Amino acid sequence: MAKTQSLMAIVEKEKLTEDIYRIKLKYGREAKIEDIIPGQFVGVYPPQKDKILPRPVSICDFEKEERLITLVFRTAGCGTRDIASLREGDELKVLGILGNGYDIEQLRGKKTALLGGGIGIPPMLYLAKKLSGIADVTCYMGYRDSHTFLLDDFKAASKTVTATEDGSIGVKGNVLDALQADAQKGTFPEALCACGPLPMLRAVQRFAAERDILCFLSLEERMACGVGACLGCVCRTVSEDEHFGVPLARVCTDGPVFEQSQVVLEW
Amino acid sequence: MNGPDLSVEIAGVRFENPVMTASGTFGSGREYSEFFDIGRLGAIVTKGVSTVPWEGNPVPRVAETPSGMLNAIGLQNPGVETFIREDLAFLKDVGTKVIVNVCGKSTEDYLSCVERLGSEERVDMLEINVSCPNVKEGAIAFGQDPKVLFDITDRICRIAGKPVIMKLSPNVTDIAEMARAAEAGGADAISLINTLTGMKIDVEKRTFVLANRTGGLSGPAIHPVAVRMVYQAAHAVRIPVIGMGGVADAQDALELILAGASGVAVGSAVFNRPDTAIQVIDGIRDYLIRHGIGSVRELIGAVC
Repeated sequence: MAKTQSLMAIVEKEKLTEDIYRIKLKYGREAKIEDIIPGQFVGVYPPQKDKILPRPVSICDFEKEERLITLVFRTAGCGTRDIASLREGDELKVLGILGNGYDIEQLRGKKTALLGGGIGIPPMLYLAKKLSGIADVTCYMGYRDSHTFLLDDFKAASKTVTATEDGSIGVKGNVLDALQADAQKGTFPEALCACGPLPMLRAVQRFAAERDILCFLSLEERMACGVGACLGCVCRTVSEDEHFGVPLARVCTDGPVFEQSQVVLEW
Repeated sequence: MNGPDLSVEIAGVRFENPVMTASGTFGSGREYSEFFDIGRLGAIVTKGVSTVPWEGNPVPRVAETPSGMLNAIGLQNPGVETFIREDLAFLKDVGTKVIVNVCGKSTEDYLSCVERLGSEERVDMLEINVSCPNVKEGAIAFGQDPKVLFDITDRICRIAGKPVIMKLSPNVTDIAEMARAAEAGGADAISLINTLTGMKIDVEKRTFVLANRTGGLSGPAIHPVAVRMVYQAAHAVRIPVIGMGGVADAQDALELILAGASGVAVGSAVFNRPDTAIQVIDGIRDYLIRHGIGSVRELIGAVC
């Protein structure tokens, strides 16, 4: 019995932008703390009893000694708004740690670009920190406009390039525009890790496939159980699943991180 | 001192306690065995299996609704051969009863799947899903017309090597009539309710939230409907009734038992708390002790 559902105390809460929040959660005294791989996530339950499903939120940071995890999430609906309304000292019900993260070993020694778009940005921070000293990392962070978040944390962790859709900060355009601008200057990545909206992931997948670059994509899908039982959150795959016999994978347990050549980002 | 007796008997099968999992929410138990001892359950009711692998519906397949959720998974499953080889093998050493849920798109599908499972020793009972609202052919079409339900029940029960539970849809005008049709067809038990057909629309995007447009509503929101329908069905037939629909705690389960259910299943509440069924078992035991009742069987249909 390895997986748990537990109560974690909110020890810090900060509003980063109009709809983005950062919370730090502390493990309970009894909790057995295992290492977290970047790209893994937790299921966070809204405090109101009429909400039954956990919200998948990626790990933005993990401080094992301090027994803390950091989550950064967007208030997308009433469930996440309820979570954001909690205060320091309140407890949150958390399921996890869930899912498979990035394969750090495959990135060892490689010039690696981390691409984060919108609410896909937070997990890249923990990945950048974990890759420090292991790979030559550049982070490409894409925002809509000047309402950025976590930029200082990224700059402290690695080389960071910012892109905004309106051009208010950094490169005008998306993360791939920024990556291609650098590529033209001769700094071409040997590996890509991406998390963000589906159109961005499709573009990154195409970019990597055309150039035969090792590329990991972190997918997002509406989830129910979060543990692989309900089959609510599947994605299309190139080959048939060994057990299910159909070309589908469970985002929550087979992913959320997949090697790009394994997944088909269309239905 | 002996504690109260939680055991129940349904169609000749003895269960250590009346609490089961609802099909489709628990896989075959493997995933949740990482959270708690699934051997403590009264029974594991597996996710529906068909003759061949089914892909299910496109995503999004799930959406949250007030005190509930909609799903349109579409019965994705690995097919009966893989199910027997891998899922039943996993359940081999789990110390509880196994009820296998069977789905199909045609009468022949149901019959061949039932026949295949009939010889499997690990299978204690079969639950026939004639009430899934999320697949286009078959399934619910067999569960909304009493004549059709009678026919398929009759044909299945003639060849089934195991006791048969017919799982009924709440998406009918008269649940008592459907319960009687299943009984007349030879069902050993009935279970209800499957999900209620619902729909959710994303107002900002002006689209359906689920790719399938409609989905099955489950969760606490449907519990009062389940209590009413279990009560009506239990009064219409002599065969045992297994009740389900929005059970999140022992109170909810006891309501269904008092309404006439011999067994109860925990469904989507598992997503909120993986060990909900264990909480329900412990809660029923506490209730029996608190009220000085020797056996849970004394409560079945006690409110009438």
